[in-house]
Amino acid sequence: MATKKTIPTEGIAVMKTYKIFIGGAFPRTESGRFYPIRDNSEKLIANVCLSSRKDFRNAVVAARKAQSGWAGKTAYNRSQIIYRIAEMLQQKQALFVKEMKELGYTDKRANDEFTAAVDYLVHYAGWCDKYVQVFSAVNPVASSHFNFRVPEPMGVVATFASNHTALLGLLESFIPAICGGNTTVVLASEDLPTCAITMAEVIATSDVPGGTINILTGNRKELLPHFSSHMDVNAFVIWDAETTESIEIGDLASENLKRVRFYSSEDEAVLSPRKITDLQEMKTTWHPIENISGAGSGY
Amino acid sequence: MAKSTFNLAAIRRKAIDQVGVEERCARFQTRSIKTDAKKQGLKMALNMIDLTTLEGKDTEGKVRQLCHKAAHLHQGFPDLPNVAAVCVYPTFVKLAKSLVADKGIKVASVATAFPSGQSFSKYKIEETKEAVSEGADEIDMVISRGRFHQGDYAYVFDEISAVKEACGKARLKVILETGELGNLDAVYFASQMAIAAGADFIKTSTGKIKPAATMPVTLVMLEAIRDHYHATGKMIGMKPAGGISNAKLALHYLIMVKEILGEEWLSNEWFRFGASSLANDLLKQLVKQETGIYQSANYFALD
Amino acid sequence: MAKTKKEISWDLSPAPESTGHVTIDKRYDLFIDGKFVSPTTKKYFKTVNPATEEVISEIALAGKKDVDKAVRAARKAYDSTWSKISAAERGKYIYRIARLLQERAREFAVIESLDGGKPIRESRDVDVPLAAAHFFYHAGWSDKLDYAFANTSPTSMGVVGQIIPWNFPLLMAAWKIAPALACGNTVVLKPAETTSLTALKLAELIRDAGVPDGVVNIITGAGETGKELVEHPDVNKIAFTGSTAVGKMIRRSLAGTPKKMTLELGGKAANIVFEDAAIDQAVEGIVNGIYFNQGHVCCAGSRLFVEESVADEVVKKLKHRMNHLIVGDPMDKNTDVGAINSKGQLQTIEKYLKAGEKDGFEMYQSQVAVPKKGYWCKPTLFTNVSQSSIISKEEIFGPVLAMQTFRTIDEVIDKANNTPYGLSAGVWTDKGSKIFNLTSRLQAGVVWANTFNKFDPTSPFGGYKESGFGREGGIHGLSAYLNLQG
Repeated sequence: MATKKTIPTEGIAVMKTYKIFIGGAFPRTESGRFYPIRDNSEKLIANVCLSSRKDFRNAVVAARKAQSGWAGKTAYNRSQIIYRIAEMLQQKQALFVKEMKELGYTDKRANDEFTAAVDYLVHYAGWCDKYVQVFSAVNPVASSHFNFRVPEPMGVVATFASNHTALLGLLESFIPAICGGNTTVVLASEDLPTCAITMAEVIATSDVPGGTINILTGNRKELLPHFSSHMDVNAFVIWDAETTESIEIGDLASENLKRVRFYSSEDEAVLSPRKITDLQEMKTTWHPIENISGAGSGY
Repeated sequence: MAKSTFNLAAIRRKAIDQVGVEERCARFQTRSIKTDAKKQGLKMALNMIDLTTLEGKDTEGKVRQLCHKAAHLHQGFPDLPNVAAVCVYPTFVKLAKSLVADKGIKVASVATAFPSGQSFSKYKIEETKEAVSEGADEIDMVISRGRFHQGDYAYVFDEISAVKEACGKARLKVILETGELGNLDAVYFASQMAIAAGADFIKTSTGKIKPAATMPVTLVMLEAIRDHYHATGKMIGMKPAGGISNAKLALHYLIMVKEILGEEWLSNEWFRFGASSLANDLLKQLVKQETGIYQSANYFALD
Repeated sequence: MAKTKKEISWDLSPAPESTGHVTIDKRYDLFIDGKFVSPTTKKYFKTVNPATEEVISEIALAGKKDVDKAVRAARKAYDSTWSKISAAERGKYIYRIARLLQERAREFAVIESLDGGKPIRESRDVDVPLAAAHFFYHAGWSDKLDYAFANTSPTSMGVVGQIIPWNFPLLMAAWKIAPALACGNTVVLKPAETTSLTALKLAELIRDAGVPDGVVNIITGAGETGKELVEHPDVNKIAFTGSTAVGKMIRRSLAGTPKKMTLELGGKAANIVFEDAAIDQAVEGIVNGIYFNQGHVCCAGSRLFVEESVADEVVKKLKHRMNHLIVGDPMDKNTDVGAINSKGQLQTIEKYLKAGEKDGFEMYQSQVAVPKKGYWCKPTLFTNVSQSSIISKEEIFGPVLAMQTFRTIDEVIDKANNTPYGLSAGVWTDKGSKIFNLTSRLQAGVVWANTFNKFDPTSPFGGYKESGFGREGGIHGLSAYLNLQG
């Protein structure tokens, strides 16, 4: 008689492999390189991908492919999707707090930052279908024309997340961009990268179309020239740049007049809609108003 | 070629609002077709299919298999109609005719340098005549889209007239290739031009490019047919082709025909589906209606 | 080759929406301070399915004491909770309402159709999704009001009293409750007496969302109950959607009081079709404008103006389209035009039909069969009416269209504006500059160009002249629920 087989209820944990997030999928870095993240007692937490310029190139291709579809969704739909990210994130508080503590956070700081991250998403979800109303205008031109100015997304936005936080800084680096119909390629915090990949998993289950948000981990110095110079990137957002970085970035970005935005975690009003409009172009349109009863100005 | 009777002023043009058209199409797709209405609709749709093979790799063997399928859609299901026609390249007309003529199934042949239409007019006319003499009951021609975009409407019109003349007793379907026309206003105008030049049917697509048939272009073409009917009392047929591979969508097209034109158009004399895989989906749905059980593709012959 | 026409007919089989998953209680109480409580009047009134004349439920009748209880609950909630929590937290409650409504969408759609008579397809595809969208949009404004009104330090008003009509019961509840809450106010809402059910279901949902007690209160009843609410001294603002006649009574009643008010009243919209319009789409727009929702729409395009050169074509196509409208059981998924909301409303409509016939105008009705039981009116078209006829001047609130021809742009603008109403208007032409000419000169709060009856939470809606004042939706709609300085 065969002995009954039972499923063991204790044992060694399955370690997670941290990959990068491109085009809605989780490939490894094509370079095969990694760098380790260790906790305070030098225990290995993860081998995180050291992304290469080719990974960045692939991510830009994915972002470009996704951009017209993302911008073509209604503002309401984008709003719902970003809210859905918050719904998916909220349930995973214990997981993120654990990861943040592995990276050296205290329990309180981790929980506070997590709550702030969820609220950050809810806040910006609510901007998608409103910023156009606040930042558009019908202009009373001195001729019989209907004249209106509206913001439009720039296209593909590359971002460097702040190195100081594990989760909130990541979201701050790209959420306003996607609110406005842009797609993004994000380089996570170099020292605190693990939450970024777990966040990618949350994004992957939130009905976000593949390629809208792409997340890489790696070395900021190595990738800076590529993020700055890529001719098919329309804007570059950098959080907490060093002075030397800003010179190099400005120089390389000149090639295609990429719009560059430097933000500092210390100064910034975190919840401002200007973070959205900073990544929008303004289009002005004119159309005649015929006026049979006599000429004059329009609106 | 006969003397040109082209008169641009006499061909109706009008504005079409694309957003309004799409909204109307969306509403057609909320129609819920159940039980008896569904069964009747599915059978009607089967009987309206032009079962088609138009591949570079077509052979006599392929055409034989297609013709057999046309007359033997499914065993063990009573009162199944046959398809309306088979649609093949001109060189296969004779063979097809020998296999299906006695089953009440028509033979339609493409002609006029299908699918691009980019050739010399005299060859397109000759091709038509040859296909007709081989026994084609219907000719599916393509208009010269290049000339249309050049604004050379007289050329497009005269070419259709000449092909119509070459058809003799065969009925002429004129393919507009709506996916290349660019907008719905052009689709309406091209429809009216084809009708004025002698089309018996207007057809959306060759099926070789995307988009092929869509509900919006079909709606606009149905409106052109209706406007012509109101002005002259003459009925013209409609054939959407390509892109209709599931039964549900086919039934929504039939709803559209019913509400825009009327029930008199709900026969294969005036409406066809240019399709190949649609037949099996219609059969699956019919069997599901009868048995209440969802079906598998394995039980429906792939020919 | 024309052959003899075969007799072909293809009728749509019945396609009933399933109702088994829906619960309607036999009796509903008032929703005050987070609980369902029985009315002090001890009275209940019946609510009827207008398609079958069957009683579906009993609704509590709120008296003066009940109204007072509700206002007190709203005031308490305002003072102790709603004005104290952060704006972001307020927003999160409203987001919950939106998401729960989306989850329970089908149930709400079924109840809306059973109670009010509108086709299930409309409740399912229009009313409920728009209501959810309204809550979702406004939730996000809660913590962003400074951006909507720069340099005005916006603050909430306090307790708002809201009275809504029976034509879009759930949607009107959303239009009222969402902005009021987003702006930090608490609410006492009175639904129309023939259509209280979805408001009461919404109350259940709001409770499930964990919204603090007393923030939203629903008091059911008829005109008397509404009057008590309007006259209650501790209400800071009244929002009313309904007939112009009642709107004027409310306006009089509030004269001299510090209460703010917004009124969204009746209309007699001009729908104008030019010769260069996309005619087939215009016909669809005419039909959308007056026959959908049985014409129970304040912004209905009830006066049709057609440029004379295309009048015959438009009328012919319109009649053809009218004959393809399916009038009948609201619970059938194929029904286009449902039941008239009540016996009273049907009698009103029939009065106008008789008046139109008496005036000698040609009347055409859809050639459709209507069921024997229930309240039904076939889609109706009067052609070549005059501007002075009663059917051109007064709001009928039914599927009845009065048509005139016109010759020039200036003529039709004058005729379109020649009415005490000014809620909406429609313009159909393919020429852009003509569109803007008309939109800038038509005296209406909403102008639709090459479309009709389009609504969006971001788009302000409201009237000129006797169609009321104030707007709902968009940034402008928020201002109705805020005190703004400077």
